[in-house]
Amino acid sequence: MAAPKLIGSQGESLREAFGKAISTLAINDKRIVVLDGDVAGGTGTHHVRRNCPEQFIQMGIAEQNMVSAAAGMAQTGLIPIVTTFAVFSLRAIEQCRLSVACQNQNVKIVASHPGLDVGPDGASAQCLEDIAMYRAIPNMTVIVPSDPIEMEKATAAIIEHDGPVYMRTGRSGAPTFQSSDMTFTIGKAQILRDGTDVTIFAMGVMVARALRAAETLSQRNIDAAVINISTVKPLDVDTVTQFASRTGAVVTAEDHNVIGGLGSCIAEALAQHSPAPMEMVGVKDSFGQSGSPDELASHFQIDEQSIVNAVTKVLRRK
Amino acid sequence: MKKTIENKQQLAQQARQMSLMSIYNAGSGHPGGTLSSIDILVEVLHEQLDITPQNQLNVERDRFVLSKGHSAPALYAIANQLGLMSEHEMLTLRQLGSPAQGHPDQSMLSWLDASTGSLGQGFSNAVGMAMGNQLQNFAAQTIVVLGDGELQEGQVWEAAMCASHFKLRNLTAVIDYNKLQSDDFNENIMGLEPLSDKFSSFGWHTQSIDGHDFYELSSAFNNARNSPKPSVIIANTVKGKGVSYMENIPSWHGSVEMTESNIVDALTELGIESDSIPAFLERFSIRWQ
Repeated sequence: MAAPKLIGSQGESLREAFGKAISTLAINDKRIVVLDGDVAGGTGTHHVRRNCPEQFIQMGIAEQNMVSAAAGMAQTGLIPIVTTFAVFSLRAIEQCRLSVACQNQNVKIVASHPGLDVGPDGASAQCLEDIAMYRAIPNMTVIVPSDPIEMEKATAAIIEHDGPVYMRTGRSGAPTFQSSDMTFTIGKAQILRDGTDVTIFAMGVMVARALRAAETLSQRNIDAAVINISTVKPLDVDTVTQFASRTGAVVTAEDHNVIGGLGSCIAEALAQHSPAPMEMVGVKDSFGQSGSPDELASHFQIDEQSIVNAVTKVLRRK
Repeated sequence: MKKTIENKQQLAQQARQMSLMSIYNAGSGHPGGTLSSIDILVEVLHEQLDITPQNQLNVERDRFVLSKGHSAPALYAIANQLGLMSEHEMLTLRQLGSPAQGHPDQSMLSWLDASTGSLGQGFSNAVGMAMGNQLQNFAAQTIVVLGDGELQEGQVWEAAMCASHFKLRNLTAVIDYNKLQSDDFNENIMGLEPLSDKFSSFGWHTQSIDGHDFYELSSAFNNARNSPKPSVIIANTVKGKGVSYMENIPSWHGSVEMTESNIVDALTELGIESDSIPAFLERFSIRWQ
């Protein structure tokens, strides 16, 4: 399978792609209301504020009330989209648990500024724990799109899906590599590159890095498969186990703490169904710091080279 | 049809008997706040809101949220009076498999408008319902009942600010102000006064009433409906109301076990003739399975 071509490194951000997509959807579906905690400029929802202001609801800097109130709005037939930065959504994680998930309300929490991709704002703004927390809550669907095109398709899919969703966007410019006719299905992993020696499972901004790493590895005659896990929950266990058993070695790549994130998620599946040697690329249980996203990726060893190194290491364990 | 004050008093008395029976059957529960809130809930559910088994699928229906979810036994007893819940379900509170969960759980009871039990969240749920109704021009009313200790949660004041900002005149909050919380009197834990001034300064229409007087309750809800602002009714109540050995005693907040002598004494005070009590206990001591 031919790998998708990477176009630049500073494309449109995932938050902007989300903002445009939800704005277009809202124009055609009056049930959609977008709730903001005074960060519309940062989450992309300024597009909604401009294009369909009557569906943009300013809830102020009060995330707990915003999340529980969204559950109440959903009761009246609306589709509330709660938007804020990922770390601030964690202020309302218990509100998500009881008001949204336990009640199985049709509320979508869409969070920008995940991971070290946040860059210079530093540790307080870099959310490295969200996937672990949201995926541990029953009824939640957890989605992490990889590029602006997939973001647009995923946004439409979460509106179609009746039930609670957490979705990550992203702050920094993201390379576009998906084709415009790609299909996004909740719960389906995407095979971006087939391979025989090792499988790299990646999510979000790490997918582009995994594709680049696979290119580098191919020059060393290492044939790496790259699988985009854009739905972290429910995990596509069939695809994950199929590739793990076929290639016999696994690397996971996430802009998130390795505790509870994608690596844990894949390990849970493989330990039960198809154990294989595995290396995790992710933040090793620490907080971030200020720096550019690329500098941080290198410093915290979640860059392309770190994926290459992890593949080299896991192949020795095969 | 409008109910007389005597009708409501009878309903409240029966709800007190049944909610305590359910707590007795469960071996645990929160009797103090259950008893303080019963008159409020009778007024809200029998008189103020249109909540019936028939209108449960109507998205434009009135909504009720018991934000102080630990008063669930009171809610279940009145839901049984309204035909929303069977006697068997109501009396099997807190038992494995019963829909009468320790705190209201929407996944087990479809007529509930909110799952509660984590203080503060129900208030925001109700604010969201009122916003949804306002945005879609639905005529529905939303009433939420909060505890007083619950007001110590920051989320309550986020919600209060929000309701006022959006001028939610279709929302009424009732505070079951029994002055006691889990461990002690409010004032010894984290003082709430001046409570009425706090809500006024947040932009709410406020009233302070006797929460056990059906005339005052009824008048207060009428005033609330006519207010252009969200309205709060501070209902002064007695924790453990109706059972003298529980009244104003913090340890009856719960979760506590009621012994056989506790329930016999309580039922006696709640109007069951002494010689009828053995048969009453026999009839209403129920296991889910």
